[in-house]
Amino acid sequence: MKYIDHHAHMVSRTTDDYAQLALTGCVAVTEPAFWAGWDRSSAEGMEDYFRQLTDFEPKRAAQYGIAHYTWLGMNPKESDNRALSREVLQRIPKLLGLPTVLGIGEIGLNRITRHEIETYTEQVELALEHRQLILIHTPHLEDKYKGTRITVDVLTRYRDLEPGRVLVDHAEEHTIEMILEHGFWAGLTLYPQTKISAPRAVDVIERYGPDRILVAGACDWGPSDPVAVPRFVMEMRRRKHSDDLIQRVVLENPIRFLRQSPKFRVPPGVETRVEVG
Amino acid sequence: MTAQPSRSPLSATAIVDEYFIENRTRLLEIAAFLDRVARADPGLAAKDFRMRALADALHVLAGGQPDRLLQIQMLLSDPSLEPLASLDRKSALGAFDPSAGGGRS
Repeated sequence: MKYIDHHAHMVSRTTDDYAQLALTGCVAVTEPAFWAGWDRSSAEGMEDYFRQLTDFEPKRAAQYGIAHYTWLGMNPKESDNRALSREVLQRIPKLLGLPTVLGIGEIGLNRITRHEIETYTEQVELALEHRQLILIHTPHLEDKYKGTRITVDVLTRYRDLEPGRVLVDHAEEHTIEMILEHGFWAGLTLYPQTKISAPRAVDVIERYGPDRILVAGACDWGPSDPVAVPRFVMEMRRRKHSDDLIQRVVLENPIRFLRQSPKFRVPPGVETRVEVG
Repeated sequence: MTAQPSRSPLSATAIVDEYFIENRTRLLEIAAFLDRVARADPGLAAKDFRMRALADALHVLAGGQPDRLLQIQMLLSDPSLEPLASLDRKSALGAFDPSAGGGRS
């Protein structure tokens, strides 16, 4: 089954992983800017990373027939550094016109410090100023509930923000209602330990239905699975869900959200029931 | 939020048939982990906030109430809404530590 993984940190993955994605039906990935596992020492270093995301990585993906899009932003793990964040944010607007940049992301909170909230708020305003889609990271483990509450509170302060243009990622059972009830999209990221598993993601679909819910692997440099979405497909089939429902979640829903950016194109050869304007 | 009531196309018996063995395995892994910790230090489980949270979660599991997962998620979560004044570390630890502050009494 063809699918789109909206959250994959492919700069951390090998070309073998691209091959696995292609072999399992992946037609497009979107890659949010994130932490490298160590802190960058300068805005120049971050801008080099953005160049990797916007120039090198689309070419690498194309070798496997996969479309690669990206999101730019100051990631939550480094956003407590206000001086670096300010410098990075000044460099982002000139890059927003690049052909594969879909919006601002992944932004949000990590340990939920005052500085992180300031940087996150500035990035929401940057997205609004440049009419960009927003992809938001929510904190992990014991910080998720608190971080998602504050994340949503900040978003609701902006009356001109269209909630349907915001994806709040890494949702779990205790945060998904507060995301959906405000009209945002919710992302379920399938991770071996610290996020949600495929069986629990299927439970969420069964409880809330498929509207405004996306699934992704969020593969990165840590323990993670580049073909987590196909494993979700397998889990849906194990529960006897229809291929129509599965396709809606793994292909049509990403298209519905991502096509709000004029740069996103439905990959050639992909047949969907989504009206493509 | 109005959840769309739904459930698995599988019957309850089919769910048990399909998932019992893997959950039996998980249960034994938890038991083995608790025994391992106790062999290393019988007193640690009462002192470590993560182990106390795990014990509380096991009570929830045994309680038979609906929405066990949600109860456990909240039991492990920081219930406060107060931001940290400064960054203490990069990563979360998996359970809320009441001794570190926060809103739960």
